[in-house]
Amino acid sequence: MAIEPQMWRELGLSDEEFERVVNAIGREPTPTELAMFSVEWSEHCGYPRSRPLLALLPKEGKYAARAEGEDAGGIEVAPGLTVLFKMESHNHPSQVEPFQGAATGVGGIIRDIFTMGARPIAVLDPLRFGELDKPLARYLLRGVVSGISFYGNCLGVPTVGGELRFEEAYGGNCLVNVMAVGIVETDKIATSRAVGEGNPVMIVGNSTGRDGIGGASILASHEFGVDEEKRPTVQIGDPFTEKCLIEACLEVLKTGAVVGLKDMGAAGITCTTCEMSAAGDHGMDIDLQKVPRREPGMEPWEMMMSASQARVLLVAQKARADAVLGIFRKWGINAVVIGKVTGDGILRVRDNGKLVAELEAKTLAEPPVRHLPVEEPAYYREVRSADLGELPLPEDMNGVLRDLLASPNIASAAWVYHQYDHMVQTNTVVVPGGDAAVLQLKGYRQGIAITTDGNGRYCYLDPYLGAQLVVAEAARNLVCVGAEPAGVTDCLNFGNPEKPDRFWQFKRCVEGLADACREFGLPVVSGNVGFYNETPETAVYPTPVLGVVGVLDDVRRHCTTGFKRAGDVILLLGETQEDLGGTEYLKRIHGQVTGRPPALDLDREKRVQSACLAAVREGLAASAHDCSDGGIAIALAECCMAGHMGAKITLPGDASVRLDARLFGESASRIVLSASPENAERIQRLAADEGAPVCVLGEAGGDELIISAEGETRVTLKVADMEQIWRDAIPSLMQ
Amino acid sequence: MSTATKLRFGIVVFPGTNCDTDAWHALHDGMGAPVDYIWHEETDLGRFDCVILPGGFSYGDYLRTGAVARFSPVMNAVSEFASKGGLVLGICNGFQILLEAGLLPGAVMRNVGQTFVCKYVNLRAETTDTPYTRGMQKGAVLRIPIAHGEGNYYADQATLDDLKRNDQVVFRYCTPEGEITPEASPNGSLDNIAGVCNRERNVMGMMPHPERCTDPLLGSADGRMVWESLLG
Repeated sequence: MAIEPQMWRELGLSDEEFERVVNAIGREPTPTELAMFSVEWSEHCGYPRSRPLLALLPKEGKYAARAEGEDAGGIEVAPGLTVLFKMESHNHPSQVEPFQGAATGVGGIIRDIFTMGARPIAVLDPLRFGELDKPLARYLLRGVVSGISFYGNCLGVPTVGGELRFEEAYGGNCLVNVMAVGIVETDKIATSRAVGEGNPVMIVGNSTGRDGIGGASILASHEFGVDEEKRPTVQIGDPFTEKCLIEACLEVLKTGAVVGLKDMGAAGITCTTCEMSAAGDHGMDIDLQKVPRREPGMEPWEMMMSASQARVLLVAQKARADAVLGIFRKWGINAVVIGKVTGDGILRVRDNGKLVAELEAKTLAEPPVRHLPVEEPAYYREVRSADLGELPLPEDMNGVLRDLLASPNIASAAWVYHQYDHMVQTNTVVVPGGDAAVLQLKGYRQGIAITTDGNGRYCYLDPYLGAQLVVAEAARNLVCVGAEPAGVTDCLNFGNPEKPDRFWQFKRCVEGLADACREFGLPVVSGNVGFYNETPETAVYPTPVLGVVGVLDDVRRHCTTGFKRAGDVILLLGETQEDLGGTEYLKRIHGQVTGRPPALDLDREKRVQSACLAAVREGLAASAHDCSDGGIAIALAECCMAGHMGAKITLPGDASVRLDARLFGESASRIVLSASPENAERIQRLAADEGAPVCVLGEAGGDELIISAEGETRVTLKVADMEQIWRDAIPSLMQ
Repeated sequence: MSTATKLRFGIVVFPGTNCDTDAWHALHDGMGAPVDYIWHEETDLGRFDCVILPGGFSYGDYLRTGAVARFSPVMNAVSEFASKGGLVLGICNGFQILLEAGLLPGAVMRNVGQTFVCKYVNLRAETTDTPYTRGMQKGAVLRIPIAHGEGNYYADQATLDDLKRNDQVVFRYCTPEGEITPEASPNGSLDNIAGVCNRERNVMGMMPHPERCTDPLLGSADGRMVWESLLG
């Protein structure tokens, strides 16, 4: 069949990309080959556009990075024990069909973890939608949360954290990111390499249907148009099969009879056959007639593009193939030999005896890099020069605090996380709602903490600084619970990279992430890039979401947010400046998203974090909480609400800084601690030794939060009242 | 941690069960009790004194919860084991399966809020006349997690009267102070019922998860009261 321009265009390839394909293989591709290129060379699979920039991200840090080049990466958190983790986006499928889109997002990322031999122990879901007063945002939130709840709960993997953000910029294109975490003994990490000529290649799990065709190349690699019907490109989730697949794969890997295996994500058979072959310097010869099908009449190109869920490609040792098939049978999982490994590096696909594709695996797996032009966007100069000094100062700070507590970006997310089983597996030491989740590792003294962060508003206003602030805040969240930041996964959500101003945002963000991670000694062990998050009306904020894993030396020495004892001294590590740009206060109270994000001094940030970590590790701090959205007033309110206890505070510092900035400004590098008077003194000495600014804010106790400055009371609110506003905000919007 | 009693525990594993290892850790690590798994195709339970049907989504539970699991080979053996006086404890999905199998009276429906709920609740021990609660004070309040979408217990009036007459209501949802109020119920259960036993008192089912709160590190160790009652 001759290839017509319409064919490659419908598959999502540009004319230029088609030319590259022809150049790479020296002839016109067959229709099946064309389909394979369209998915494998899409940004979603092969990263042709982002790869050169991603090379900037550091790969090494204090903790040993593991499993580089595999689907998920990890760090060794205790001798011989590796924590594997990765975050991915499922934005477009969730916008199109929120329940299945989000559910299959969980399924996909968890497969990346257990196909490496790791037991999945946690999921986190950072979610971003349009403003919650819009019906579409509420519909999407409800659907996405039910989808995650349906899938994760059934699998028995606890959903221990995430984020919930609402901005107009996400109104036409929600961001549904999913992070999965697993544990594996370091010497048992499985690979995805196909080696050993003659070894059988098996397809394991669900049968192959038409669902998800084009999910990678069309849905994930283009903007949303107007009134588009893309539902058929969304996959359908089956958590029961996946649960059995987890148990069967982990059991099969224990036998040592597996050479390599890989999850079939988007573009299942294409990605796995060519990437496993390329990674192992081998080839494969497979017969599509042997692949179990869900529906008759599927064309070879459809088989190669299908994204049906819960499938895995596995290469077994030839002599032990029967043992492998037996374990899958025990779990009721279909496993079928569909071909064999070859020695020549060529991927051959047959259908009814006819050769429908014959390509060098490496040519397919490694798309040529594309360097895209960048251009500073017009808005950038404008927001940078915004003068916030002229902003009217509110009279009633009590009212402002109440209003901020009711902001869905600050309000309690319990409506969401109570729908997730966050305790199954009995490892969850600190449950959702704090700065970071803390998990025990049974049989080890050490524990891990996990957080996700990504302030898109900051990154919009200044992508380089914004990205650095994301790294700083995530690391700060970890030290608050007593964990040393150890490794990062990044999920980069951006607009159309073919637009130079969007690609500029991407480039600056990646540079900021790279520089900040290097400064903190944090390796970026895995990640995902999702472009084209835009509609004809708007692009999302440039939103790099980080998942950061930290290590607790002793999991019993952890800390939580709430004030613990009346009479404890409340301390502030760090300093407050006039940082109103990009704040929740500026947006919610003054209706503006402008200015420069808070300044960041990485050296001071590190000193503040070291002091906090030492205070928690030495058991001196009774509570610790990061100061971020809504500033010090919100941080204090959260400490009060979590501890069901009031506090009496005198605002420190410079009276020349505007009062609203002192209360609600979001200066970076600040942590609120509380401790007994004796321990508070020790923390102050410890901070001085670390070179971290520290001061006394006040004292915990009573049933009100009282904040005064220069002798005048500025805020007086009952803790119970604050709690009601904060707890009811999201449920009442969702009713 | 070890106990003098050698009650031997078996934990049934259906495809889709996901609280099996949690129960194992609670009993083995937390209580030092001998414990082993039972695959859903097994039919000989002779080596156990107490069989636990743990939580999860047996066979996916895409139909009514527990509706498929009750037909698995192991369930005939569990019925027989129970009829001979063996101890059978169903937790969450295990409770749902026991209801479907007719080993306990009543049924559970979808939570009134229509969503899955995972959080800590308070339970009041309504009777100490069961092997599962005999170590507790009557009226003791346990802080213990739930995690279910279908835990809204229902029984018709005659069954409910029977349950009460025979002291078969084992746990009810309550306030931290031990009061039974509608607000204290997380799922709309009839009469705040969280757990019931059979008339012979050897089979008990409950929606909350005692295996999730055996170690104070995880926020509560009140689940130990159930295990300690069993272990004597």
